[in-house]
Amino acid sequence: MISKTLIPALLVASAVVAGCATAPSPQELDTLTLGLMKASFRDEGIAKADRLNQDLGQQACSSDKAPAESVAKQIEAEALASIKWPSGGQYIGDWREGEKLAQSGRGMTWTDASADPKANGANCYNCHQIDKKEISYGTIGPSLWNYGKLRGVKDVADPATAPIVQYTWGKMWNSKAYAACSNMPRFGHAKLLNEEQLRHVMALLLDPKSPVNQ
Amino acid sequence: MRRLFAATLLAAASTASFAQKSAADGIAEYRAMLADGNPAELFEAKGEALWKQKRGPKNASLEQCDLGKGPGVVKGAFVELPRYFADTKKVQDLETRLVTCMEMLQGFNGAEIAKTPFGKDEQNNLTALATWIAAESRGLRFNLPQGHGEEKQMYEVGKRVFFFRAGPMDFSCASCHGEDGKRIRLQDLPNLTKNPGDGVGFAAWPAYRVSNGQMWGMQLRLNDCYRQQRFPYPGFGSEPTIALGVYMGVNARGAESIAPAIKR
Repeated sequence: MISKTLIPALLVASAVVAGCATAPSPQELDTLTLGLMKASFRDEGIAKADRLNQDLGQQACSSDKAPAESVAKQIEAEALASIKWPSGGQYIGDWREGEKLAQSGRGMTWTDASADPKANGANCYNCHQIDKKEISYGTIGPSLWNYGKLRGVKDVADPATAPIVQYTWGKMWNSKAYAACSNMPRFGHAKLLNEEQLRHVMALLLDPKSPVNQ
Repeated sequence: MRRLFAATLLAAASTASFAQKSAADGIAEYRAMLADGNPAELFEAKGEALWKQKRGPKNASLEQCDLGKGPGVVKGAFVELPRYFADTKKVQDLETRLVTCMEMLQGFNGAEIAKTPFGKDEQNNLTALATWIAAESRGLRFNLPQGHGEEKQMYEVGKRVFFFRAGPMDFSCASCHGEDGKRIRLQDLPNLTKNPGDGVGFAAWPAYRVSNGQMWGMQLRLNDCYRQQRFPYPGFGSEPTIALGVYMGVNARGAESIAPAIKR
């Protein structure tokens, strides 16, 4: 697992350590950190060490500073192009199933047996208020209470609602299409949820009959 | 223990009936009831006995262990760790420094201890030792040294590790701990990019976890963060974990240590 690229990284690291007189540059520290990360984590269950391999967005959003405007635009454009729209234009499932998925924070850790989306929850309440009846909700993301109602969705089949329905699908499939460094996982793109599961969560947010929109 | 169980039930009942009251208030009340009898005390007592007991192939105690303030000085050591040690030429946190002492003074195999799963054999002893040593600094304020080049470098590496985003959910430590006033479900999340306040975050661990009845040191705390980040498995005492300790510890300068704390 420890790749050939690591060896130069560690050599740089020891050179940095040896040359104590001058402090390492930010770039040398970046290289050193990457080498130490790759050398320090191992496979455990379904969580393989290759999870540390970063794509452009992960790399560009690994700092307390936002990426350059041009990089952010590239990340967003690539993410938008990656979105797979639902087969047959079928966006809405069953809000009851959506609520169950939203409640579950399970999946993808090294103690989970399977990385199949069927084994995963949608993790929604970890970060969002959704149905007001659930008082145990997180605040990392915005409140989604009355999500469809506030956006004027009275009939999900009405063509007038298409923009918000499509945006919501796109946001869940690949959140980075609309904000390069969004905190939200890419549920479709990263295969965390399958199409059917996404349709259920869509219903929870958008179906006028969903408790979220009362 | 029975009292603890009753308190838990009471807390659950009051949480349900006082949904109007802020969730944070409810949790604080629950913790206050629990703190009345923190089982961490049992681990403190075990740790102190282990420190003084002659053990290992060399049949020696740890009483000459240098935790950074000189051989045998325990009080105040915890709030200055991780720090650089000239004998190992490494920045070490409390747990990795204890492994060094167990190796050098008592003749244990340090690599074997590092490979031992949490909650087993010498790892259990390590947790008890760390709990007692932390308790000897209770009420003192964090003041990690940053005079050595290696300590400064580890802070810079730690900051980069903290913001390192990867894995199937694109999480970094900063995803949850980079802003003020955020929660996951009802759990308040300290902002660890700065001093989050007395007894919060780095200043609370080791801690006794009521939900699973286990005593956790900082290494296990970080390990479980990485599990929840959906990362692969970090090596015990590996550089990124030490670097994170330096980053959080230096950021917490001036914060009062309440370790060993009690957590949900």
